[in-house]
Amino acid sequence: MKIALFATCIVDAMYPRTAQATVSLLERLGHEVVFPSGQACCGQMHVNSGYFKEAHAVVANHVQAFDTDDYDVAVAPSGSCVASVKHQHEMVARRCGDAALEARAAKVGAKTYELSQLLTDVLGITNAADQLGSYFPHKVTYHPSCHGMRLLRLEDRQLNLLASVGGIEMVELPQADQCCGFGGTFSMKNADVSAAMNADKAANICGTGAELCSGGDASCLLHIGGGLSRQGREVGTLHFAEILASTLENPVTVTGDVKLAGSKR
Amino acid sequence: MSNNTFLGMPTLPVFGHGNLNATEPFPKAAHRELGNEQLRANLGHATHTIRDKRLKVVAELPDWEEMRNAGSAIKDATMANLPALLEQFEANFTARGGIIHWARDAQEANEIVTSLIRATGETEVVKVKSMATQEIGLNEYLEEQGIAAYETDLAELIVQLDHDKPSHILVPAIHKNRSQVREIFLREMPVVDPLLTDDPARLAEAARTHLRKKFLSAKVAVSGANFGLADTGTLTVVESEGNGRMCLTLPETLITVMGIEKLLPSWSDLEVFMQLLPRSSTGERMNPYTSLWTGVTPGDGPQNVHLVMLDNGRTAALADEYGRTALNCIRCSACMNVCPVYERTGGHAYGSTYPGPIGAILSPLMTGIKSEENNSLPYASSLCGACFDACPVKINIPEILVHLRGEDVDSKRAKIKVPTQMDLMMKGAEWAFSKGSHLALLEKGLPLGKLAAGRAKVIKKLPGIAAGWTESRDIPAPPSQSFRQWWAKDHTPETTAVPGLAGNYSTDNSPEGEQA
Repeated sequence: MKIALFATCIVDAMYPRTAQATVSLLERLGHEVVFPSGQACCGQMHVNSGYFKEAHAVVANHVQAFDTDDYDVAVAPSGSCVASVKHQHEMVARRCGDAALEARAAKVGAKTYELSQLLTDVLGITNAADQLGSYFPHKVTYHPSCHGMRLLRLEDRQLNLLASVGGIEMVELPQADQCCGFGGTFSMKNADVSAAMNADKAANICGTGAELCSGGDASCLLHIGGGLSRQGREVGTLHFAEILASTLENPVTVTGDVKLAGSKR
Repeated sequence: MSNNTFLGMPTLPVFGHGNLNATEPFPKAAHRELGNEQLRANLGHATHTIRDKRLKVVAELPDWEEMRNAGSAIKDATMANLPALLEQFEANFTARGGIIHWARDAQEANEIVTSLIRATGETEVVKVKSMATQEIGLNEYLEEQGIAAYETDLAELIVQLDHDKPSHILVPAIHKNRSQVREIFLREMPVVDPLLTDDPARLAEAARTHLRKKFLSAKVAVSGANFGLADTGTLTVVESEGNGRMCLTLPETLITVMGIEKLLPSWSDLEVFMQLLPRSSTGERMNPYTSLWTGVTPGDGPQNVHLVMLDNGRTAALADEYGRTALNCIRCSACMNVCPVYERTGGHAYGSTYPGPIGAILSPLMTGIKSEENNSLPYASSLCGACFDACPVKINIPEILVHLRGEDVDSKRAKIKVPTQMDLMMKGAEWAFSKGSHLALLEKGLPLGKLAAGRAKVIKKLPGIAAGWTESRDIPAPPSQSFRQWWAKDHTPETTAVPGLAGNYSTDNSPEGEQA
C-alpha cells in the first residue's frame, strides 16, 4: 500500500520523532510511505479560534497537497488533526462559499486515517509485539485525547496497541476521559482554567506510579508534559507511535541523560 | 394576542435582555472563582456524584442513543414549525379556559406578570423553580413593585435567603455545602430552631416548616414550564420536591412564564422526553412529581390560569442557522455536570442565568454576540466534547461554540482597530500554514529556539498572550531539525525499515539518526 504521511505541523516542527516512528512502523510492514511536501497544517487552530477566513487558505493548502491519486490512504499521528480534516474542512469551505474546495475536502477527509485506526482497521495489527516487533519494558499510563475519543470514536485502539507491546506494563489512569485542558488557544485565553485542568491530570498521572504517560496527540502531550516538567516531576510523555516503533534492538531510552518531551531529567 | 394594537415592525433581530449577560470577561471571573477552594471542593464533589448517577441510569436503557435521536428530531421539527405550533397551542390553551400573553422581552414579561398579580390584589406570591423567571429577573422586578415572591424549591430558597444568585440550572445552590446551608437558615429564617444541625433531613424539615404557611395562604403562584404540548394546550412541570405540585394546585391564580421554544408538537412526544429528562438531569429513572394542566377545571385547582409566552431573544437564536439547535435545550444540566470548565469555575463565572456549555452558546445567541461581555463566553471551553456526548437532545455544543467564536472575530473585523496579538498570531500562522514551503522556511529557525531554551532544554517564559501558558507549563526545546528537513535529507526506506539501523532516540527531540 502507498501511504501518504500527514505529519501535522506540531509533529513536523516540534516532535519529528513521532513522524519518524510512524514512517518506521509503516515501512516495517512493507508499505511505501510518501510525504506530500506541500503540506503544512490542518488549520484547526484558526478554525477553533474563530478565524474562518484565515483558515480558508490553510485548509485549501492541505486539500491541494493531499487531493491526489498518488497514494491509497493518508495517515496522521494525531486524533485531533485527523478530526479537523474529516469534520472541519468541509464546514470551513462551505462557510467561505468555496463549493469546489468543499467537495475536494470531503474526498481527502474520506481517505485520511488516524494512526491507530489505520493500524487496527486497515492493516490488521492486533498484537504489536508479534506483528511490529514492538518492545518497551516500562511502566506506562495512557491519556486518551478528547478529539480521538469523541470525534473519531477511536475507543481503545491506541490503548490496545500499547497493551500488546512486548515488556510493557500498562497502568490505568484515573479519570482518563477528562480533558487535560489544552484546547489550543484555550490554554492561552483561559490559562487559569486550563492550568487547573492540567494540574488535576498531572496529579492523576503521578498517582499511577508510571514512568511516563502516552497518548495519541502531540499537542496534548506537550501540554501535559509541560505541566509535569514545571512541577519538577520525573514523569514524561511519549507518543504511542514511538512506543510501538521501539524494539529490543533499537529501544527508545527513557532513563539516564535522555530527555523525552516534557520530562525533567 | 393580549394586545391587538399594531405597533409597527420591530427592528430585527430582537435580542434578549435581563439576566443573560456576562458582566465581566469570563477569564477574569473564572480567575476569581478558581481561587475559592471551598467552591472548588463543593463543585467537584457534586458534579462527580451527579455524573456517576447519570451514567448508571443511562446505561440501563439499551435504546438510549435512539432516544436521543428521537428527542433531537422532535425538537428540530418543533423549531422548523414553531409559528404554526405556537398558534395551535394558543388555540387549545385558550379553548380550555387559559389566557395567553405574549412577551417580546424581559421587560414586557415582567410588566405582564406584575399587572396580573396586581389584578388579584395580592402582594405575596409563591414560586415554582423556573429558569425563565430567573432569566427575566422577575423576583427583583416584583420586589421593586412591592410584591414579595417566595421561592419554594429547597435549593432556590437557600439561594434566595442568602441574597445570592443560582450557579446551576438544576441545583442552584450546588456551590453551597450543607454546613453553609445551616448557617444561612440560622441567619435568615424568621423562625428557626437554634439547635438546627447540618443533617440534610433536619435542614429539609426546617425549610418545610418555613414554607408550609406560605403554601396554605398564597392566593397566587408563579411557575415556569418544562413542556407545552401543542395538540392539547397542556403545560408540564417536572420536579422532585412536591413544592411545585403545591404551588400549581392550591392557589386561585396561576401565572406561568414559558419560553416559546418549550413546545412539543404532541402529547405522545412526552414519552420520549420523560425518559430523557430525569435520567439526564438528576440521574433518576423518573422524577417524583410530574404535573400536567390544561386550562381551567371548574371547582378544582386554580381558576385563573395565565401563560406568558416569552421570546426574549429566542427568535434571534432561531434565525441563526448554525446556532438554532441550542433552542432544543430541555434544561437538564447534563452538559454542565460533565464540563471540566464548569466543574472548576462554577456557574457564577458565566454571569448569565444559563451557565456551563449550554449557557456559553445560549446567552450570546439570545443577546447577540456584542452584548456586554458575552463574546468571552464561547471561548470558555477546551472543546473537549463531553457536553455533546451527554446532551439528551444532541446539541452539538462544541460546533456552536466555534461558530460563535467566528461571529465574535467577524464582529470585530468590521471595526477599524489596531490588530490584537491574537489577530497578528493568526495572520502570521495563516502565512506559515498556507504553503509547505513557508513552514519549511520557518523551520530553518528551529536551532534558534533550541538555543533560546539553553542548557535546561526547556522554555520557561514566553511574552504577551502566550505568557499565561508559561505561568504553569514549560515548553520543551525544539529539535535542531524538523521532520521535513530530515525526510528530504536523510530518509531512505532502508534507514527506517530495518530495526537496528534507524539510529537511536537518545538525545532530545531531534530526529533520530541526526547528530544533535
